[in-house]
Amino acid sequence: MTAVVTPPPSSVDAVARYRVRRAARRRLVITVLAVLVVVVFAASLMIGRTFYPPGDVIRVVLGQEVPGATFTVGRLRLPRAVLAVVAGLSFGLAGVTFQTMLRNALASPDVIGITSGAGAAAVFAIVFLGWSGTAVSVTAILAALGVALVMYGLAFTDGVVGTRLILIGIGIAAMGRSVTSYVLSEAGAWDFAEALRWLTGSLNGSTWEATVPALVALVVLAPVLLALTRQLSALQLGDDTASALGIRVDRTRVLAIVAAVGLLAFATAACGPIAFVSFLAGPIAARIVGPNGSLLVPAALVGALLVLVADLVGQFALGSRFPVGVVTGVLGAPYLIYLIVRTNRAGGSL
Amino acid sequence: MTQVDTVPAPGAAPAQRPGPVRRPGSVRVLWLLVVVAVLAALLAASVAVGSRAVGWSEILAALGGSQETIGEAAVTKRIPRTVLAAVVGAALGLSGAVMQGVTRNPLADPGVLGINMGASLAVVVGLAWLGLSSATAIVWTAILGAALAAVFVYAVGSLGRGGPTPLKLALAGTATSAALVSFVTAVALPRGDIAESIQSWEIGGVGGASFRGLGSVAPFLVVGFAVSLLSARALNSLALGDELAAGLGERVVLARGVAALGSVLLCGAATAIAGPIGFVGLVVPHVCRLLVGVDHRWLLPFTALTGACLLIASDVLGRIVARPDEIDVGIITALIGAPFFIYIVRRQKVREL
Repeated sequence: MTAVVTPPPSSVDAVARYRVRRAARRRLVITVLAVLVVVVFAASLMIGRTFYPPGDVIRVVLGQEVPGATFTVGRLRLPRAVLAVVAGLSFGLAGVTFQTMLRNALASPDVIGITSGAGAAAVFAIVFLGWSGTAVSVTAILAALGVALVMYGLAFTDGVVGTRLILIGIGIAAMGRSVTSYVLSEAGAWDFAEALRWLTGSLNGSTWEATVPALVALVVLAPVLLALTRQLSALQLGDDTASALGIRVDRTRVLAIVAAVGLLAFATAACGPIAFVSFLAGPIAARIVGPNGSLLVPAALVGALLVLVADLVGQFALGSRFPVGVVTGVLGAPYLIYLIVRTNRAGGSL
Repeated sequence: MTQVDTVPAPGAAPAQRPGPVRRPGSVRVLWLLVVVAVLAALLAASVAVGSRAVGWSEILAALGGSQETIGEAAVTKRIPRTVLAAVVGAALGLSGAVMQGVTRNPLADPGVLGINMGASLAVVVGLAWLGLSSATAIVWTAILGAALAAVFVYAVGSLGRGGPTPLKLALAGTATSAALVSFVTAVALPRGDIAESIQSWEIGGVGGASFRGLGSVAPFLVVGFAVSLLSARALNSLALGDELAAGLGERVVLARGVAALGSVLLCGAATAIAGPIGFVGLVVPHVCRLLVGVDHRWLLPFTALTGACLLIASDVLGRIVARPDEIDVGIITALIGAPFFIYIVRRQKVREL
């Protein structure tokens, strides 16, 4: 080995090139994810008991009359697929917002009880108050905000967010689930499929009436969160550093919580708390994208992809039809355990 | 993540929790009488109260064996249910107390640690895939599932630095529990015959009680009660810490294993007959420690009695608030127990017991 001391290349250049590569990789990943979402979305419109070729599907979507396909694709598959995308985007975006803000992958809204609070409120409004549509969504959002507030009050008293918050959230999630079960058993002759929607999440029987409020919420609230991207990344460095960087910490946090909870609540009111999507989307996106900037967009796309694929798998791949939440639950729960194992191994003080 | 539980808040004085230590004998006897009286009252209430209002004369006639009127028949159906609630409650309360002693962990509970759900999944798999039908086989399966879940959760929870801390164990347990619920749903859903009662394998209840079902788990429960109660002395030694216990002549690993076995037998058998009921084993030992102190020779029988009281009370409550329907007792215990769980998590010195 000859020890030739090469003069270090201009480190400014190196950093600049690295940044360009990183940004390019990030764009590539986002593009691929977006294309995948579109492909699976299209596939879920075509695949079913009868297969419709892309031409038929496109004509139906454009509003033309195609015998057979107009009903099956237009009334059954389209709202379902749209709701899958909307719910997936909402859950993914809200989940990664919480995970980023609280700096902990376990702090996703479905683990810490916010989603189950929204679900319990929604089913309460439907069964006991006989409401439907937007009123249900508003009830869900109020309950989810309430849960978030309670968590904040309970867990932030010692100024630390950590395992304690997560355990408290798990306790709250248990309460939310038992309230849901209580309401369902009160409903008397509830049918089992409907109950599963509120316990694990399901896209069965999706209609436009349920889908549209969630879609509107996504269109309104997603830009709010995306506009907060820079502030959220700064919050990851800790409150003090963030405010030293000129971020208004409290304002950012309140805005982010309200927007994320809104997304969650509207999606939950439409299809129930689809298990573990908001928990899974962030870490998967982080795996794919690497440490290349904000995870908000990739995680939202991963969420949509997860829900679409899980719904297809649940409907057609397993012999009998499973609601989407059962599929994501079976996928997500082992990952939760894996995450805990890894954190424990690494010597984290969980 | 920060080790909140070991670092005292800045400026806080070293915690001087008065702590339940030893209670004089007279106090314990007094509390024993109170708990027995409460249990008797609840037993009576559980037979008397239900979806259908029944007069005292009919209740007395039914207790004498008569089933002539509808009221008497209703009361006759409430008797096995009451017995079941008492037995399951006692088993879960005792099981939780032993688990808290074995793991020296104030958050230990067969529900929180995912052990009940392990039993539940094993039973569902046995019913759906292995075609189990005999009651005894189901109980064995449940106990096997409970044991596997217990070993798994303990293994996951003790990885890494510091061994099985309460927070790590509780987190591993609840995560495992969530995983197992998903699997229970996934396994049971395609099977219409099991899916009918799928809810009962996710949230326990005592509604469908019969003396025959109770008879099939009775041997397991008896062994579980005996093993658990007999390990009281060993648990007292273990409470001092492994080294001190070994110094006192306790065979630590053996004692811990036997006590854990008793506890798993109890919660596995209870789940086999009533489904997974959470939080009873969490709440009851904490309350009992306040009443009679930390001596396991008193604590363990007390938790059995109090557990029976709690479960009967929850069951009666579930029948009253939802008339004419009824709420599964597992829902009520979760509603009572989850806030309690939060309270314990929030307490500063969660690491010590």
